[in-house]
Amino acid sequence: MNDRLNPAAKRVVNESGIEIRPVYTKEDVERSGGFGFIGDPGAYPFVRGIHPLMYRHRPYTMRQYTGFGNPGDTNRRFKYLIANGQTGLNVAFDLPTQCGLDSDDPLAHGEVGRVGMAVDTLRDFEVAFDGIDLERITVSLTVNGAAPQLIAMYLAMAEKRGYDVAKLRGTAQNDILKEFIGRGTWIYPVEPSVNLVGDTIEYCAKHAPKYSPVSVCGYHIRESGADPVQEMAYAFCIAKAYADEAIRRGLDVDEFAGRLSFNFNVFGNLFEQVAKFRAARGLWAKIVTEHYGARKPESGWMRMIAGGGGGGLTFEQPEVNIVRGAYYALIAALAGAQTTALCCYDEAYTIPTEYAQRISLRTMQLLLEEMGLADTVDPLGGSWYVETLTNQMRQKMEQAMAEVDAEGGIVKLVAEGAIQARVSAQAYRMQRAIESGEFRKVGVNCYRVEQAEELEVQMHPYNEDDAREQVARLNEARAARDASRAAAALGAVRAAAREGRNVMPAVFEAVKAYATVGEITECLAEVYGRYREPVRF
Amino acid sequence: MSRAMPIKVLLAKPGLDGHDQGAKVVARALMDAGMEVIYTGLRQTPEAVARIAQDEDVDVIALSSMAGSHLPFCERLKTLLERAGLEDKLWVIGGNLPRQDHGRLRELGFEGIFPSSSKLADIVHFIEAHAS
Repeated sequence: MNDRLNPAAKRVVNESGIEIRPVYTKEDVERSGGFGFIGDPGAYPFVRGIHPLMYRHRPYTMRQYTGFGNPGDTNRRFKYLIANGQTGLNVAFDLPTQCGLDSDDPLAHGEVGRVGMAVDTLRDFEVAFDGIDLERITVSLTVNGAAPQLIAMYLAMAEKRGYDVAKLRGTAQNDILKEFIGRGTWIYPVEPSVNLVGDTIEYCAKHAPKYSPVSVCGYHIRESGADPVQEMAYAFCIAKAYADEAIRRGLDVDEFAGRLSFNFNVFGNLFEQVAKFRAARGLWAKIVTEHYGARKPESGWMRMIAGGGGGGLTFEQPEVNIVRGAYYALIAALAGAQTTALCCYDEAYTIPTEYAQRISLRTMQLLLEEMGLADTVDPLGGSWYVETLTNQMRQKMEQAMAEVDAEGGIVKLVAEGAIQARVSAQAYRMQRAIESGEFRKVGVNCYRVEQAEELEVQMHPYNEDDAREQVARLNEARAARDASRAAAALGAVRAAAREGRNVMPAVFEAVKAYATVGEITECLAEVYGRYREPVRF
Repeated sequence: MSRAMPIKVLLAKPGLDGHDQGAKVVARALMDAGMEVIYTGLRQTPEAVARIAQDEDVDVIALSSMAGSHLPFCERLKTLLERAGLEDKLWVIGGNLPRQDHGRLRELGFEGIFPSSSKLADIVHFIEAHAS
């Protein structure tokens, strides 16, 4: 047996709490549940990938998270990345936009255009995507609290440019439940927030069936301190909450499940990460098929962006993050991600420079072009180690999901702050383990260099003129619009919210009337109220 | 010096930044060190921070800022804290604070500056040594 092969090996336990053996054999796979839940690529349960040919047919989309200043600045960066071979866009919005505030709101002071692009009206979307072919380059909008407005703006902008919205592809993050756990761009209380996600799913299923209205994020839960099993388990509990909401409205699972997508993190142990994605793919297919009774195979596809890895990057020796990023990209490729992106080496400090963005892009390109990652589907499939871990991780995820359900479900636990408390307790344990040296981080608690040897990172400048220009453009848009049309459209948003109807048709009309992000938020907040954060330790 | 009462810390998240993992980790470390921590949660205005600091009669006003708006926030907060007579309290700030901004933060009255990668023990010791 394994232990006889290496009896003196020191005990190793991965982050998910699974004890790792020094050597794996076929018997380990059999003991962990066998080879029965693997299948072929493109066939249920999709452990090996959702398509039979995976990257042979279509390589992963490369989609760096980008946006800063005003829409003109961001449009220039988009074009730079596309010129360098990027195949999708992932838009970063500034915090006022994400929190549903206009650029001239007093709460937006000092924050306009700082961590992403500022958006107030449809005019900003027209500028941001000017000259970009929305059929060739799919766009992902990283917005949650203000997702109804921004989805509507995207569709309205595309429609105005002559695209058929019924055929338009693209993604909105729009996962509000995880915002309460980490990231924090919530606006309304938990229940109406989930209801709004339901509105967007329902609206898109009827009017923009190729558009992915939700990308459920384990990513930020992991960034907040969750282990890899919790990352997937909580994300699936959240995805189920949205699916339940859609079904409650009378949608059939096959009408929307195929358009749900996921966003996961890639930092950590390489084998544990690859097993995590393979396990999760099988588990999601099982949930959609067995629990929801989906009949279309694609309803059970766990389509994902796997990337980022910010939580694994270090402030110390930032140039070493280029190497970490290369391994993270390798994980995403080995895991069969549909889309990937990398946090840049300087991202612990600042908005990445063009240079840093290009290094990330080249990292993902060279896996496809030089390293053979596009040649063969699921290259780690059949490894006794990876198959054993895949089985074990899936069982742990199922167990973690069952625990959430037994405690009253994810919506209740998030509203009470219970998940947040659990995740932050773990972040604290991890921080202490890093500080004690028990959990090794290169350059942080071992192999450190003197301060003088640390690379100086070039900081992204914050341009206050951009913020002033943004406010000026907002005022121009308010002055130029048909005031009575905008007021009537906002009244219709308020009425739809009050009467419990889907607000999306009214939001769509409002953005076309150049109502602002903040005005629409106000209308909804009048009815829904605003979230008050429960603080629990 | 021994104190009759535990050090009382207001730990606030200024502005719209939603990254609270660091703040919550620091809150736990301060509590484990025996301090009383009032954690505000997200989205605090300078006015709210000053008001809570005054109402709760804290010894330490601590901010955690990850999204780059620390200077405009702290400039407004300084005036409000001074107006509330809280200039003798210990002001500290942690988070994503570029080195080029440390001088300005010190000028504004922040004695403790803890950029990303600071150690919990260093934060605890600094507060223990400087809170009056």
